[in-house]
Amino acid sequence: MRNVDIKEITNTIKALALDANCNIGKSFIDELREAIKKEKSEIGRNVLEQIIENDEIALEAHEPMCQDTGMVVVFLEVGYDVHFNGDVYDAVNEGVRQAYHEGLLRKSVALHPISRGNTNDNTPAIIHIKLVDGNQIKITLAPKGGGSENMSLVKMLIPSDGIEGIKKLVLHTIFYAGGKPCPPLVVGIGIGGNLEKSALIAKEALMRDLHDINPDPILAQLETELLEEINRLGVGPMGFGGTTTALAVKIGAYPCHFASLPIAINIQCHASRHKSIML
Amino acid sequence: MKLKTPITKHDILNMKVGDIIYITGTLYTGRDAAHKRMVEALESGFELPIDFSGQVIYYTGPTPSKPNRPIGSCGPTSSYRMDAYSLPLMKKGLKVMIGKGDRSDAFIKDMIEQKAVYLQAVGGAGALLSRKVVKSEVVAYPDLGAEAIYKLEVIDFPAIVTYDVYGGNLIVDEVKKYRNIQF
Repeated sequence: MRNVDIKEITNTIKALALDANCNIGKSFIDELREAIKKEKSEIGRNVLEQIIENDEIALEAHEPMCQDTGMVVVFLEVGYDVHFNGDVYDAVNEGVRQAYHEGLLRKSVALHPISRGNTNDNTPAIIHIKLVDGNQIKITLAPKGGGSENMSLVKMLIPSDGIEGIKKLVLHTIFYAGGKPCPPLVVGIGIGGNLEKSALIAKEALMRDLHDINPDPILAQLETELLEEINRLGVGPMGFGGTTTALAVKIGAYPCHFASLPIAINIQCHASRHKSIML
Repeated sequence: MKLKTPITKHDILNMKVGDIIYITGTLYTGRDAAHKRMVEALESGFELPIDFSGQVIYYTGPTPSKPNRPIGSCGPTSSYRMDAYSLPLMKKGLKVMIGKGDRSDAFIKDMIEQKAVYLQAVGGAGALLSRKVVKSEVVAYPDLGAEAIYKLEVIDFPAIVTYDVYGGNLIVDEVKKYRNIQF
């Protein structure tokens, strides 16, 4: 049994939230630079240049790259042999509270979906806890913006829709989202499970490394094909037209009911902010 | 093209889709909650907290500013969420709206009739755009926090004309050039 002080969770969440909002990471900026070389639209290239300049300012000045500092999504993978000395959900929310207050990040959480208002500290976070082998804790944190989340969806397809139905839905969704979710995008897709499982898989897919290769050959091929097809939609950087609509497509899958083909599309804007750490 | 606020009728007629505009002067911020409140005020027979004649609304909700900076990160938010509220404000003289993304056909029709224009700034470039702001103050609805109405003084704030009064639509025109797949 490993005893973990929940203060360590709070401090880690705080550090990850502050870092994620200001530091997109060098490899992502490099990816945008590569995209400029391939982008056919002059306006599109200009938009990509402004995004890079923005991300560099944010990093140097340690300021949020985007005013939408998101609702915080946290994945905790907790080893079976870990014992916490307090409420881990409270600890995560305390970390978010401290980061958003001290880091001058925007408090974007409405207190109630109907009557609105504001919780004024950007809590609660959306927290997913998974139990895994061992005595370690992996924490992944992603400030998720509203603009791209608003363009996401879950649809219950049926088996006969097949891969063509999946592709059609993805292309339709990305095309009509246009500039609203701030392309170039990372597109997370969850196929299978049920209603809520597909959405969770799609979100988890967005946490993957931009350059990793899907170990499932069917999904790897679908990722490649969909990326190519999405970039032929013409949407382009910020929807101003062009050939760079998405930088990556990441797909996860799960067994599902034999009557069903659930699909979730979770759209990530170009401020693809997620940070992980192992405790 | 450089533009100074307030915006004249001549300025509006001069703006055509694809023009890159550098605005100097005053922008008023406003997003979902402020728009809802303003339109509800008008419906209840009250006046708006701001005189929008010849003015510009920028759809943004900034992050809190650092002590040494006039404003925090302040990129545009998606404009379509303000479609339902825009006509009453244009009727009160609002001339330019700046945000990101496409908007409804109904909005475009109203906008042309009201002789107003829609511009886009680069979404997600909040840190960069904050460098164009020299001063900011809350002028209405302070209880709304980031969604309050701020008066921003800007120098050469960049935006691109997306819908003009002649029916031009930058998004439709540009996307068509690069689309080569159907679904």
